[in-house]
Amino acid sequence: MLFLHFYCENKSFSRSRKYTNTGRSRCFLAMDTIHACFKEKIGEVLLPGDVFSFRLSESGDGSIKTEKIICGPGLRRNGEEVQVCKSGILRHKQPNMYWIDSQQRRYVPAKGESVIGIVTAKSGDIFKVDVGGSEQASLSYLAFEGATKRNRPNVQVGDLVYGQFTIANKDMEPELVCIDSCGRANGMGVFGADGLLFKVSLGLVRRLLAPQSEIIKDLEKIFPFELVVGMNGRVWVKAKTVQQTLIVTNLLETCENMTSQQRQTLFKRVAEGFL
Amino acid sequence: MRDTPLSNCERRFLLKAIEEKKRLDGRQTYDYRNIKISFGTDYGCCIVELGRTRVLGQVSCELVPPKDSRPTEGIMFFNLELSPMASPAFEPNRQSELLVMLNRQLERCLRNSKCIDTESLCVVSGEKVWQIRVDVHVLNHDGNLMDAASIAAISALSHFRRPDVAIQGRDITVFSPEERDPIPLSIYHMPICVSFAFFLQGSYLLVDPCEREERVKDGLLVIAMNKHREICSIQSSGGIMLLKDQVLRCSKIASVKVSEITELINKALENDRKIRKEGGKFGFAESMPKERITTLKRDEAPVEMTDVKETANEIVNRTETPTEAVSSPVLVAMGTAQVGEGIVNSWGLDEDEEDEPQTEDTKTDEVLVISDSEEEEVVILNEEAQKSTKPCKQK
Repeated sequence: MLFLHFYCENKSFSRSRKYTNTGRSRCFLAMDTIHACFKEKIGEVLLPGDVFSFRLSESGDGSIKTEKIICGPGLRRNGEEVQVCKSGILRHKQPNMYWIDSQQRRYVPAKGESVIGIVTAKSGDIFKVDVGGSEQASLSYLAFEGATKRNRPNVQVGDLVYGQFTIANKDMEPELVCIDSCGRANGMGVFGADGLLFKVSLGLVRRLLAPQSEIIKDLEKIFPFELVVGMNGRVWVKAKTVQQTLIVTNLLETCENMTSQQRQTLFKRVAEGFL
Repeated sequence: MRDTPLSNCERRFLLKAIEEKKRLDGRQTYDYRNIKISFGTDYGCCIVELGRTRVLGQVSCELVPPKDSRPTEGIMFFNLELSPMASPAFEPNRQSELLVMLNRQLERCLRNSKCIDTESLCVVSGEKVWQIRVDVHVLNHDGNLMDAASIAAISALSHFRRPDVAIQGRDITVFSPEERDPIPLSIYHMPICVSFAFFLQGSYLLVDPCEREERVKDGLLVIAMNKHREICSIQSSGGIMLLKDQVLRCSKIASVKVSEITELINKALENDRKIRKEGGKFGFAESMPKERITTLKRDEAPVEMTDVKETANEIVNRTETPTEAVSSPVLVAMGTAQVGEGIVNSWGLDEDEEDEPQTEDTKTDEVLVISDSEEEEVVILNEEAQKSTKPCKQK
């Protein structure tokens, strides 16, 4: 599991969240051939159906050094080959992780991911939460910190919740919880009395959640604000005034397709105009 | 598929922002989003983009027997469809309230206002009249479907051309567009709907609400007007109480907006007419912004450069000497010669040989491109002297 915690310094505050790669599979194959095959394609656009096949080189002593590589989203192991199943750019992270970076807005629930959900119904012991997937997730009322049968959490229909998936596969309805394995909230639960919720693409969300995210660093310099980012593409923002909140919303929605240069000039212009 | 529910915090935020007179995309209270009208290659096809809301209007016509109660009038038929392409909230083949409301409003706006002269659609009284059918499809729903639909409908009707007919006794001949130019419909005026959304029990209003603003509204007022400041229809829904001066103020705003929009429609129609007359390209493909490639990246392929000279000399020495026979152009008629296709290839396959015969033959071509360069001396060939022509001198 990969954990990416980040806290913005100075004046902004944001919650920590975990970031995992979905759909991973481990390939035990000869190290040299794999890395060589992948290395030449890093940073290139690949299309679904592209195949990386590894011919095991006959080494002199007959023993093959096996090494683990982790195939992230967009890559799938198919017997002896690794196939690309999403169109996008191949990315690499040391020491041995490869994945396809694609622009997608449709969210597919995956276990362990933290998302922002909207409560749509209260039925018996569970809440029905809309997370943007094909099915609504269920959230038990006991899955909050300090909740017991007598002490129910104060959750109304239409509230925002930040939770994590415990069950998320294609055969069952996904399940959310708002506590971690120790029973502590750890930043999850109901939130957002004020502020604005909006939707961005999944690629931008991952960029925002990366440690040392440049976008967050640039945004901090303009003015302080609270930010919650869900892996389902939903972002919640709250700043001191309505105007500031709207500014941050519009900036985040537009900086998706900009290069870092353009983004920095835009942010600088906004900061100047604001002061 | 169900639409995403609106959370409480979004609702609260939107209402708070409206109280402070702020909109999500930075517009003012009475501002419309960007309207873009583009026409297709066929007459009567039009796409209207109101911000991110996209609506397609298509007009078609057919000869049918008229209604019994009105034997001398043509028939107008309006149909608006909400496809699931527009929004996940729209399910196919489901009569939702919104659909009924939009259809009724469109009919009232265009039919009851008598904007089209239906008498002119009559061909043979009591037997054959034109039935004009307006289909409006919603391609993307981002709020304010009514306005976009009315603009699309009236633009498509103004753009449409019906086939010309000739009547001899009881025989009707319908001419195809190639035989006789099609005729436009006679339109008296252009009614356009303007929507006002009310919030917080009628205290705040917004013109041209986007989809999220529509979700938190209390009530809606739709005024259909033309540029001559004649109100064609007013409809208020949502059950809010409106004061008299509020309605009057809305109608004043509507008249300003309608004149602007009518101006836009006329300009778009004029543009399209001009382009068609000049023979330029028209249609939806031309109205879309083309993506330009600004950089072209090609990896440098390494080329083996050692021993190039030696290998080249070797290849040249190894090849056969070119054949003696020089291909001659076949004389077809006085002043024309045929080279190349259709006759026996008497050129060798090596590239070196092809150069010499080629230059000879091109000199006998009649058509010559005269270059603009001042440095070149270009001589126009004479018809008689085919073989003995002066070559072009180039510096």
